Amino acid sequence: MSAGRGRGIDARPAGQGRGIDARPAGQGRGIDTAVVLGIETSCDETGVGIVALAADGAVTLLADEIASSVDDHARFGGVVPEVASRAHLQAMVPAVRRALRTAGVAASDVDAVAVTAGPGLAGALLVGVAAAKAYAAAWDVPLYGVNHLAAHVAVDTVEHGPLPPALALLVSGGHSSLLQVSSVAEPMDPVGATIDDAAGEAFDKVARLLGLGFPGGPYIDNAARAGDAGSVWFPRGLTGPRDARYDFSFAGLKTAVARHVEALEREGTPVPIADVAAAFQEAVADVLTAKALRAAADRGIETLLIGGGVAANSRLRALAERRCAAAGVRLRVPRPRLCTDNGAMVAALGAHLLHAGAVPSDLGIPAEPALAVTTPLV
Amino acid sequence: MQSVLVLAIDTATPAVTAGLLRLPGDGPPELLARRVTVDNRAHAELLTPSIRAVLAEAGVAAADLDAVVCGAGPGPFTGLRVGMVTAAAFADGLGIPVHPVCSLDAIAHEAVGPVLVATDARRREVYWARYDAAGARVDGPHVARPAGVPAGGAVRAAGAAAAMLGLPVVAPEYPGPVGLVAVVAAELRRGAPPAALTPLYLRRPDAVEPGARKRVTPA
Ligand SMILES: [Zn+2]
Repeated sequence: MSAGRGRGIDARPAGQGRGIDARPAGQGRGIDTAVVLGIETSCDETGVGIVALAADGAVTLLADEIASSVDDHARFGGVVPEVASRAHLQAMVPAVRRALRTAGVAASDVDAVAVTAGPGLAGALLVGVAAAKAYAAAWDVPLYGVNHLAAHVAVDTVEHGPLPPALALLVSGGHSSLLQVSSVAEPMDPVGATIDDAAGEAFDKVARLLGLGFPGGPYIDNAARAGDAGSVWFPRGLTGPRDARYDFSFAGLKTAVARHVEALEREGTPVPIADVAAAFQEAVADVLTAKALRAAADRGIETLLIGGGVAANSRLRALAERRCAAAGVRLRVPRPRLCTDNGAMVAALGAHLLHAGAVPSDLGIPAEPALAVTTPLV
Repeated sequence: MQSVLVLAIDTATPAVTAGLLRLPGDGPPELLARRVTVDNRAHAELLTPSIRAVLAEAGVAAADLDAVVCGAGPGPFTGLRVGMVTAAAFADGLGIPVHPVCSLDAIAHEAVGPVLVATDARRREVYWARYDAAGARVDGPHVARPAGVPAGGAVRAAGAAAAMLGLPVVAPEYPGPVGLVAVVAAELRRGAPPAALTPLYLRRPDAVEPGARKRVTPA
């Protein structure tokens, strides 16, 4: 029997000298609020977020600390799992300390710990899961091992409040999924997914092809600003009449861009990087928004939520806004910082689970690299 | 001198080890409770429940602990990190120090010197170190093929890969709680600040920088 399952803040002795600044007085958290700390290590970001959960279920962001190992991966052109895992180990405790300090919360005020249990890189997930269990055991508070994709959805409530039933388009270097969400913290229904590369992976590969930096998203977005999206037509994968209605494919697009660039090189024509970047980005944004709105229409869903690192792409945002307005669909996109992987999203989902009275995770849970979207909580 | 209540953790080998010990002001560490599970694939699942089990068995509250001691490897990376991040986070959560120990030193402490200590490094290699008659590490830790490990003055071998070294094999196979704590007993008693918690990987990550771009059309 787990003595640590209670929300036993009182059980912890005072004056334990944890060396964290006490929360400043007058911060206005009522007595019935709870503080949830979230840990995210599914890829290359070590994220620690802290949120406050009010009695009415509202979730407020108190801290969102990130230590990224992205620069260590740049020369490899992609995330190297072992490099990411090593960085997580070094960054974990300092990130937790920073988050507590930023939030102005004492360690003894944390009421629950949430952590990404999956999906993600196995070795990277393990670092966060092990750390979260240790903090939960040390503080004697419940643990919630949560689904990373469900956390991408949950974080939107921090910025935009309660989420009505919605279609979620989650696009990043690791995922490209269309999901039907009935309610935050409930199992999600998979609608569509990529059959080959993730959307963010396509950005990385095309950026490399154009001699731009890693990760590709921001570089392509920047380069495309000066380009003409209509200068070349790149194929839209899986948009034929017999293709899967809601699935994505980006491998063919990537190859088409490579063929185009190589043909120019063969002719000795300088590659118009801005134009190619714009045309590629247009193809991705077009197919993502078209399929998302098709699914929304087919299923009678009135809200589209976009999350994941690719949601930071300016063209995707602009096109989604235009098409949602035309279709009468409400669009919700968290600010870019909350779209990319972070600990706040994990804390937010943990808070919603706590509010819903979910049974906490056992301290013996594994990391689940292939966790299904239908499982919000392990 | 006051005694010190210590949690010892090691996951540098297939043994997932948690031990609760009282280190008296004088004399060897006294083992109060211990959980050791040999399972290569479940380090993260087993460790924190094992920590709670030893605390419960000994009737000790986590808040009563004075320090954590953690094996810092060398060991297979993924498992090693579970123990190290658990130790770091648990100690941070309690506001107590965490002291790293070379996991091979903990094995050597329970063997009789002069001894070679070797554990499985996979890829047909071993992690090894050599200790003199007084138990001091005089070579290592290194990673190498067993055939490439020099006996030096060692007359015995310990550790789970000891049988590959051609010397008489003695216990133990894995780092134990008593050995872990004994190695840093002096600094624990002094309350000295611990060394940096740096994992002994001994190998670089397997990662290759991409070469020239591959063409999709014939040149
Ligand atoms: Zn993500």
